[in-house]
Amino acid sequence: MPTQLLFGTEVLLNGLMAGVLYALVALGFVLIYKASGIFNYAQGVMALFAALTLVGFMDGQVPFSHLINAVLGTDIHHFGWHINGFVSIILTMGMMIVLAYCVQRFVFRHLIGQEPIILFMATIGLAYFMEGFGDLMWGSDIKKLDVGLPQGGSFWIEENTQWLGFGNENFFGFFIDKLDIVATVIAAILVIVLVLFSQYTKQGRAMRAVADDHQAALSVGVSLNFIWVMVWSVAGFVALVAGIMWGAKSGVQFSLSLIALKALPVLMLGGFTSIPGAIVGGLIIGVGEKLFEFTVGPLVGGATENWFAYVLALLFLVFRPQGLFGEKIIERV
Amino acid sequence: MFYREAGEFKTSYVDDNQTFPIRFDRYRYYFVLFAAFLVIPFAVNDYWVNAVFMPFLIYSIAAIGLNILVGYCGQVSLGTGGFMAVGAYACYKLMTAMPEVNIFFHVLMAGGITAMVGMAFGLPSLRIKGFYLAVATLAAQFFLVWLFNKVPWFYNYSASGQISAPERTVFGIAVTGANTSAWASYMFCLVFVFICGILARNLTRGTQGRKWMAIRDMDIAAEIIGVDPLKSKLSAFAVSSFFIGVSGALFFSVYLGAVEVGEAFGITKSFLVLFMVIIGGLGSIFGSFAGAAFLVLLPVLLKNVLVGMLGWPTDLAAHLEFMIVGAMIIIFLIAEPHGLAQLWRVAKEKLRLWPFPH
Repeated sequence: MPTQLLFGTEVLLNGLMAGVLYALVALGFVLIYKASGIFNYAQGVMALFAALTLVGFMDGQVPFSHLINAVLGTDIHHFGWHINGFVSIILTMGMMIVLAYCVQRFVFRHLIGQEPIILFMATIGLAYFMEGFGDLMWGSDIKKLDVGLPQGGSFWIEENTQWLGFGNENFFGFFIDKLDIVATVIAAILVIVLVLFSQYTKQGRAMRAVADDHQAALSVGVSLNFIWVMVWSVAGFVALVAGIMWGAKSGVQFSLSLIALKALPVLMLGGFTSIPGAIVGGLIIGVGEKLFEFTVGPLVGGATENWFAYVLALLFLVFRPQGLFGEKIIERV
Repeated sequence: MFYREAGEFKTSYVDDNQTFPIRFDRYRYYFVLFAAFLVIPFAVNDYWVNAVFMPFLIYSIAAIGLNILVGYCGQVSLGTGGFMAVGAYACYKLMTAMPEVNIFFHVLMAGGITAMVGMAFGLPSLRIKGFYLAVATLAAQFFLVWLFNKVPWFYNYSASGQISAPERTVFGIAVTGANTSAWASYMFCLVFVFICGILARNLTRGTQGRKWMAIRDMDIAAEIIGVDPLKSKLSAFAVSSFFIGVSGALFFSVYLGAVEVGEAFGITKSFLVLFMVIIGGLGSIFGSFAGAAFLVLLPVLLKNVLVGMLGWPTDLAAHLEFMIVGAMIIIFLIAEPHGLAQLWRVAKEKLRLWPFPH
């Protein structure tokens, strides 16, 4: 095999892995959009917030310590304990449920029946609020997140793919980050769990009923309030998983919230209402932008990853406005 | 009492078609113009111009532009930062390529170039609607910023990748560059705000504005009654981008002086202007000014109170600012989805009847 093709394959594999992470964020969007018609821009910030909270719990940080120090003139930072990763994840999940309840109780309960665009704006406001809140609570410095996930390139894969080069000295086997493999596995498990949940549990069925028709669901006795809190909690859980993956990869910092922006073209490509769409869209975007950067990037100066996803989604939408798997848009006057 | 039409007799169509048909309103308008043109320039210092007036004036233009697109024509755009960058770089290229032409025309031409770019990125709006369009405009945002970063021609091959405005004068008075006095840059921006305000106000209450609003309310129905969606949507994109381009050009040349594209015209700028439009009120020119004033003044106020008076660290104030802006947006959407402009309308209704309740 020519080296170029081998490198291309490696880029492709890495793109697939990156795509899984995009899909993970997009999944949270789809869940909320399907159940409540809210296009939740705050999903990325939720991931950031979840990751910040997780790190905060694990390191035993004092919440709002910066604020307390500024107001009271004290100098406190840490409680001095370290909590096990698994326990912290449970605690963080509790935090995300509280957050889901608050969001529902204080924001969206007052906005029922508003136009979708107003709801979208409200989630942007929410994103701003949570960003400030998270930073205020846990501090804005870059944090290291280590819950014991394996990291670094996998030697096993490198050694076992080296033969593909057929003695080519420039090829040392495929370089694939272990973390990406773990992320892929976890994402797959997450999707399976979500599908099982929505197909076979009572709450899951109620969730699908709400997604189908609010009023009909209400009339057969489904509590909309409960379902919405639940959906936001599930989205919070997905955000937590995404936050852990991205946080372990590149540290917990502000830029984590920008992955929401990357998830948008994924959604457009896959269609806003489709879970398989989110996954396929994520993979296409992940592979597409890595391959584009690999092939065309050097010709135009690189860093094409910044915009390629959006332009791809834009071109795609011109030909198919509802995305790959979205419901057909029917407009009536 | 204050704000009423009683005793005003309109005897001609011109009277009937005035922008401000009520005398009180008209006098208020003249008073604001008088204060803005003849009082403030003599009273300001550097701090006020740089911290309050210039950002307010420049963001007002951008907010009017975005309001035309989002509020009047119903096409949500998140590409404002990118279009402002087009205005800034167009202005820079024109300033350096044609130094003999007055900068006033450079700014206008920068607006024109941005209008063309905006139309190109507005083309998908014929197929894509709502959220999908909002995300599609992100393509403009990221692509344009990347383009200005990567193609050295745009920043004249300067080593730092920045663009900085050379000194240019109007009637012999410097308005850009290091030797500009505060009042000169203020006046220069004010003239553009004045022109843009009148232009936008008259466009939106005329035929074109009604077409835009028809498209916003229901594009298929509008098409059936004879509004051409192609022309309406593209004209909205063009006009909106023109304003945004002008504001970008002023932002770069008069306000900042030197610009690095990713920093000055990033996605946060798009959101900032969008927030101004929402908080001010969708579909209102006054609302654009109100929203811009609100979001320019809020950080200045917070900073003065928290850092200046309470002595808190600046990063803490920045976090609180995020929280407050976010909370304000949510509160506004819940309490008054039509923004500050609606509050103003309600206040005017009250004033009309005052001191009687009905």
